[in-house]
Amino acid sequence: MIESHLSLLIVVLPLLTAPIVAILPNGRAPWLISTLVSWSVFTLACMQLANVSTGNIISYELGGWAPPWGIEYRIDAANALVALIVSGIAAVIFPYALKSVEKEIPEQQHSLFYAAFMLCLTGLLGITQTGDIFNLFVFLEISSLSSYALISLGQQRQALTASYQYLIMGSIGATFFLIGVGLLYAMTGTLNMMDLAQRLPELYEHRTIHTAFAFIMVGFALKLALFPLHLWLPNAYTYAPSVVTAFLSATATKVAVYVMLRVIFSVFGFSFIENTPTDELFLILCVVGILMMSFYAVYQQDSKRLLSYSSVAQVGYMMLGIGFGSVLGLTATLVHLFNHALMKGALFMAIGALVYRVGSSRLEHLSGLGKHMPWTFAAIVIGGLSLIGVPGTAGFISKWYLVLAAIEKQYWLIVVVILLGSLLAVIYVWKLIETLYFKSENDSIQPETIKEAPLMLLIPTWVLVFANVYFGFNTELTVGTAEQAIKLLLPGVN
Amino acid sequence: MKYIVEHYNYWLVIIIMMAGFYTVISRGNLIKKIAGLNIFQVSVFLLYISIGNVKDGATPIIEEGITLYSNPLPHVLILTAIVVGVATTALGLALVVRIKETYGTIEEDDIHNQDQSL
Repeated sequence: MIESHLSLLIVVLPLLTAPIVAILPNGRAPWLISTLVSWSVFTLACMQLANVSTGNIISYELGGWAPPWGIEYRIDAANALVALIVSGIAAVIFPYALKSVEKEIPEQQHSLFYAAFMLCLTGLLGITQTGDIFNLFVFLEISSLSSYALISLGQQRQALTASYQYLIMGSIGATFFLIGVGLLYAMTGTLNMMDLAQRLPELYEHRTIHTAFAFIMVGFALKLALFPLHLWLPNAYTYAPSVVTAFLSATATKVAVYVMLRVIFSVFGFSFIENTPTDELFLILCVVGILMMSFYAVYQQDSKRLLSYSSVAQVGYMMLGIGFGSVLGLTATLVHLFNHALMKGALFMAIGALVYRVGSSRLEHLSGLGKHMPWTFAAIVIGGLSLIGVPGTAGFISKWYLVLAAIEKQYWLIVVVILLGSLLAVIYVWKLIETLYFKSENDSIQPETIKEAPLMLLIPTWVLVFANVYFGFNTELTVGTAEQAIKLLLPGVN
Repeated sequence: MKYIVEHYNYWLVIIIMMAGFYTVISRGNLIKKIAGLNIFQVSVFLLYISIGNVKDGATPIIEEGITLYSNPLPHVLILTAIVVGVATTALGLALVVRIKETYGTIEEDDIHNQDQSL
């Protein structure tokens, strides 16, 4: 029973939980239910990945309507991996949320907060599961609308303007995507991705198809914060509540990168992209983005903003792999998708633990705290090492594949840029570590009030920290699944 | 010339789209931005409704003797998109209300100045 409806349950379970949580009284009940649901969704996502990791494809017909007329959920190794990331991060973050949310969000909003969080999870999981491009738009808007609401709950008043800015830019991005889908439908008469893939090749020369492709690319470049369309991201991540920042930074942009992958390789096919300047454009934007955003990160005075700029730079690494369009490049993209979710999740959760004690994420307020909160500090160090890409951490694996892909293509300049980006990462991670450990405490903070973060915050953070180290040694899950996924994304190459 | 006149609905879509998009980008007033966003989205609704029309097609209700129907699917799709648009507008306006309460203004420049002077 569960087996046959697995793919649907992953989406429907959080969707049904959202209204239930919303009508519950404030207190711990909404949190408890959300946590349990996120764990069961994670279990389902693991089962789903186990089903498809051997190269199977699950095709689920919604309501029994056969595709291409009905909506189809189509799961291969690529979506199963992304669904695993999203649900896995959610399963780690919900236990963490209890303490952090109690501190940062007014009591009377708790049940609504968890309801919005559940909707956001529904939207992100829905995007990964669906094989219907209009359905994807609907899920995109579910996740976006709920994340605007979540971001606006931040404690500082800038959270409101950050959320508003994100709403405007996000809606423009989604509408661009909608225009693109409309044009595709006008040309092919279908919305099913696999059906589109079959009908598009004979229309490759048609100008409408090129226009549609451009609209979809720009729309999603906005969503995944590809430089120079990243302007909403630093503000949104800086002012959002800690839990929301950790969750969105680890999942939202990753899901958008997945959609890029799916649209470019499964729907249009790479032979279409090769005849357009898209791949070169991606490479140029990524190179500039990686360097500029890493520089920006070095000069930030707020720990969350520093990591946000680093996130934009890291998105550049993921898109580089797509720009290469080779097996190695795509492996790097998929593996980095997974690994970056682990490291940014861990880092933002550790920062959230600092915010829990101090009430601010600005570096001047955090100075010297590392000595009082050794476990939180250690989590930041290991997360930072992974961000840099030190061997023995997950970050190294993805950088390694990316450099290999660049060498294979003989793009020497890009090899240099990747290494330079890592060097800049050393600088900004060191800036965090120096402030936390080597500077003396800020005068306004009484040292006796600062002690180690509660276990409810530490344990989930350390789960992700251990994952960072574990996937630095064991690459069977990440690289293995990525290779399975690429067989389907780039048919004919293997 | 005939080409232009025959596709008048698409020209309308483009004009409305650009008007809305320009409003979103150029206006500093938060309400006007939302209004611009709405106009922008409406143009997309019109685009979808236009492509649903089949030349000489009848209203899509099954009836004896009619074989050619207009395509109802884009209309259904756009109903969904309209709902999404309404939700976006509602959320955007709610945010503007909160911004007005905290900052006392809805002009982007004033808000920016207030945050800078901190």
